[in-house]
This record gives sequence, C-alpha cells and structure tokens, in this order.
Amino acid sequence: MNEFAVELQNVVKEFPTPEGGQVLAVNQVSMQIKNGEFFSMLGSSGCGKTTSLRMIAGFEWPTAGEIFIAGNPQGHTPPFKRPVNTVFQSYALFQHMTVFQNVSFGLEMDHVDKVQIKDRVGRSLEMVQLAGMDKRFPKQLSGGQQQRVALARAIVKTPKVLLLDEPLGALDLKLRKEMQLELKALQQRLGITFVYVTHDQEEALTMSDRIAVMSFGKVLQMGTPVEIYERPNCKFVADFIGTSNFLHGIVKSADNGKASVYVQELETEIVGLASGEVKVGEKAAISIRPEKIRLSEQSAFNQNCFEGTVSSTTYIGSDTHVYIDVKGIRLKVWEQNKISSLDPKAYYSVGQKVWLTLFHENALIMADE
Amino acid sequence: MIKRLRENKSFQGTILATPTLIFMVGLLIIPLILTLIISFGSRSADGNVIYGFSLHNYVRMFGFSTDCQNGKSTCFDPLYTQIMWRSLSLAFNTTFLVILLAYPLSYFVARSHPKRRNTFLFMVLVPLWTNFVIRVYAWMMLLRTQGVINGVLGWLAGLFGLHFLPLEMLYTPGAVLVGMVYEFLPFMILPIYTSLEKIENSLYEAAADLGANPFRTFLKVTLPLSMPGVVAGTILVFIPVMGTFIVSDLLGGKQVILVGNLIQRQFLDARDPTFGSAASLILMVMTLIVTYFYTRKFGFGEEIIAV
Repeated sequence: MNEFAVELQNVVKEFPTPEGGQVLAVNQVSMQIKNGEFFSMLGSSGCGKTTSLRMIAGFEWPTAGEIFIAGNPQGHTPPFKRPVNTVFQSYALFQHMTVFQNVSFGLEMDHVDKVQIKDRVGRSLEMVQLAGMDKRFPKQLSGGQQQRVALARAIVKTPKVLLLDEPLGALDLKLRKEMQLELKALQQRLGITFVYVTHDQEEALTMSDRIAVMSFGKVLQMGTPVEIYERPNCKFVADFIGTSNFLHGIVKSADNGKASVYVQELETEIVGLASGEVKVGEKAAISIRPEKIRLSEQSAFNQNCFEGTVSSTTYIGSDTHVYIDVKGIRLKVWEQNKISSLDPKAYYSVGQKVWLTLFHENALIMADE
Repeated sequence: MIKRLRENKSFQGTILATPTLIFMVGLLIIPLILTLIISFGSRSADGNVIYGFSLHNYVRMFGFSTDCQNGKSTCFDPLYTQIMWRSLSLAFNTTFLVILLAYPLSYFVARSHPKRRNTFLFMVLVPLWTNFVIRVYAWMMLLRTQGVINGVLGWLAGLFGLHFLPLEMLYTPGAVLVGMVYEFLPFMILPIYTSLEKIENSLYEAAADLGANPFRTFLKVTLPLSMPGVVAGTILVFIPVMGTFIVSDLLGGKQVILVGNLIQRQFLDARDPTFGSAASLILMVMTLIVTYFYTRKFGFGEEIIAV
C-alpha cells in the first residue's frame, strides 16, 4: 500500500477570466498527505485551498501537474469514479430526500444490498449522533444537524480520503468548537485521511496533524501546528498564524541558525533565531509573539532588552493586553494574569516605564520581502 | 376607518382584493350562473332560449340523440363523445410533447452561462409579442399545399429530378398538434427553467461525489427537484389547450373539431345557446376533473408559482 493517501505533484490550475485572460488559482503546488493524517489547507479566500480540494475530488482538473490518490494518478477521472468523498461547505443535501435517503444515496450508487445499506446508514447516523432522525427531511433540521447529515453521507462509504471544505463555516462559535473536537475524534476512530480546508487558523491548529499554509496559489509552509506557530518560515505565515510584532532592520551577522539584526529606531542590535534564509547586509524582519515578550520593572539583561512606556492596556480576563511605546515603535505584549487581584497596582498602567526582554528563541529573524 | 385600516391586517387584505373580487363576481361568477341556467333550457324554433329545467342538452352531449333515422325515439350518436375524446387526447398529447421539447431546452438554458441565460429566455418570449392568431396564420402559410414547406420540398425534389406530390399537411390532426405545441411551448419552458435554475451546482457535485454518473444524477436529483416546474407548466398548458378553438379552427378546418369549436358553433352558427352552454360546462368539469387528480398526485408546483 502506498504511503501517501493523496499526493499533488506540481499542480497548476488556471481559470479563464471574463475579460478573456487567465487567472492562476493554484501555482505549482506539491503536497504529500500521509495515510490516516488530518491534513489542513489554511489560507484566506482566494489562496487556492478550495481549488486544490476540488481538484482532489475531481470537480476540477489540473491545468498541469498530477494528482495521485493512494498512488494512482487521477488524470481526468470523473468524481464518481474517485475513492474520495466530500463534505461541502453548503452541505449540498438533497432536499427532496429524507436523512436516510441522503445518507444511503452513495451506497445505492454502489449497488450495496438493502440489508447492508440499512445497517451501514444506521451506524453512520449513530456516529454523528443523529440516530432516530432518519425519516426527517433536511429542512426540518437545524444547521448543526444538517452538517452532521452531510458528514454521515460522506463517511458511510468509508472513503480512502474525506475532503472537507470549510464544513463548520456556517455554525455558531460554540457549536463550531464542539464539532472541531468531534471531527478530530471521528477521524481518529475511523482512521480515514482527512483533508480539511479552512480559513480559520485556530480551527486548523486545534484539529490538524499537519497544516499547509497557502497564499496566492502557493504553499508557503507545511508542518505540524507547533512548527507553524513557533517557527513560521516567512513573514506572511508569522503574520497570518496568530499575532506577531514585527521589527525591521539590517542583518549584521548570521551563522549556525542564529542572527543579529540592527534596528535603526531602537539604536541596537537584536539577536534571535534565523528562520529561513537570512543573509548579512540584507533587510530582515524580526517576528515576536506578544505572549513571548517578558516585562520587568528593571533592566535584567544587556542584550535584547530595552525600555518603553505603557501607552494603553486592555484587560480581557485571562490576559491583559499591554501596548508599549518603544522609541516610536508600538509593541503589543500579552501578560497572563496569574495572580488574582483587585488592586489596580497589580496591573500595568498607562504612562508606566517598563523593560522588555526578548529571549533569543522568541525573536525569529526572517527575510523581509 | 383609518385606524382600522392601519391596525387590522385582514381588513387591509379585503380592501386590496376588492377591485378584483368585483371584477371576478361580475365577469366570472354571474356569467357562469347564467350559463348554468341557460344550459337547462331549450331552443325555440327561431333560436331563442326557452327557460325551463331539462337535462336533454347534457344527455345529447353524451350521445343520446332524438334525431334518429330508423324510427326509434332515441338512439346513440357518438359524434359529441368523439369530440370530447378528441379534445382530451389532443390536450394530453400536446402537454406530453411540450414537456418533451421544453425540458431539454430549459435544462440547456439553466446550465448555460448566467450572462447568456437572459438572451435565451428573451428568445423564448419573443414569439409571444406577436398576436396569437397571427402566429397560427403563419403556420397556415407553412403547411398549405402551396406553402413554404411543400415549396422547399418540391424544389429539393426538382434538384434530384424527382416527381413531387405536395403533402397534404394543413387541415389534419397533425397540423393542429404542431400548432398547439408551438403556441404553448413557452408556458412550459419558463416554469421548468425556473425550477432547474434553482438547483445549486453543489448538488450535482454532491451526487457525482457519492458515485452517481451523469445519467443517475439526472434521474435521482435533477428530475425530482425540477418536478414542481413540470407540474406548474402542465397546468399552464393543459387547461388552455382543452378550451382553445382558434388553432383547431385555422389548422384543422372541418377535419378537427374540438369541444371549443363545438361551443363556438353552437353560439354563432347553430344558434343554440342552450346546447352551447351545456357543452361549456361539461368542458369545464372535464378540465377540473383531470386537473384535480393531477394536482392531488403532484401538487400545484407551488414552489414555482411562489417565485
């Protein structure tokens, strides 16, 4: 058996525009999605994630490149001959069929016998907690329940790969969080490879084994949630995933994974980890996560340490968001409220002088585009 | 009054419906009652109505004749039952053919690029800008023995050096069928198009994704979801075809007499409004019965009418 459930090799997809030109939706994308993996394609709208998913499903065919499913090149294989099933963003339920008929549709197309269909549909509905709903019509169900029908309909055929196109997009936040955990549990139980498309970074981080961050038809970074968040390989990823402060300067030295950057405004050099290719003398950006800046009342170190003034604070319960002005640069710092207190002095206040310290591993230095 | 108008929703409804109600009562309900009364009467020698209560006009329509040749007082004359049967079967055939022609066209328009759809729909509607009767006359020009179609065929035959006998197409049941299909086609295309256009593309994709080839997708998804359009179109076509007499008059001549022609002749030529009224009511009841059983099975296609 092939190691990869899905493999994209230099896939390109062009669409004609109404003006008669061509627009490049997917540009030389290569991915290898392992068997049993929960793989997410993450990016903002128009980044090519949905087009990539639709090409795996067979709704679109690549302009160039090849897609393999379980090692077999797909070429122009139509969707109804591919061993994958899709959960659509709009659910795409058949309104004229009951829940049972919706879920059994795929099995009927495969000429599975009636007794087996009943059994498998029943189990599938149980798995998505819709047992007993089989005689209802989609219109009689809530959005969350419809979503579950769409899921049951796709998993009942036990496909090699399940494709999910922003399946939770239409649900409210609380239900979405519940479904995220449920989907992940379901995936582990079934052992099916999930390819999940989302623009919600938190969703991707919560569920995925690996994530491909996409932008303008290209994959920028592929890795585990920890890798993507802790070691973004470029400015776009650092900015898109979570929140980052950016400082800009010129690279002074770079070797052995470490680099130092002279930041004009701060009149000092900042030392940090080099991420991606960093060359001496070229422009660089330093990405610093707000929760990874250490605040103190006094200077603690002589390197990566500078003084600033608190310009505003926002108390949000678990954290306090502190905005600090350092020689004209505004940095956000998230301070966890570890000690319960009603005393205003326990929190930073506007106008207060503070020292900021950056540990080397918390300052990621990357090429500035 | 003003306060009541502002607050009472059903009173607002009554006010809004009043003009149409007056119109309907004056021009539909009252004439219908008059028709009913007249149908029970009999015809005087000079063509006037003698009011009374007699069912002989209805009995006559169903074949019981008092005008018998072999000396009997009553006998069976199948003339009018044949006319009723002809009307009914023509309406069924027309509706069936119109569905057969309209469905693929509607499907094509609904699946074409949104920008082009309006152009196609416009082309479907253009013939309706011309008067109904004029369009039937156009068919006469085409179908006549000396008409366009025979002309072209004759010219083609001449090219191959063949002897050509002009086809007798006008004043045949076929000509009436062709004319009916042509006249009522747009009334089937529009509702079917509306129902097809509402089917989201993702449903076709979902069917394919679940293993249905295009043929099975059509049978299991497209066709059931577009049935409301077919039903609405059927009602819009079947009812008028049952009653129309212009198409059969112009394209069928004396060969194809429908209930509509019968009624028209009773009022204008035979001067027997009592029999004409009875025939009108029988036609109405026939249409109602068919429509009743049809809508009980398939509904009114209200999803389409609601659009």
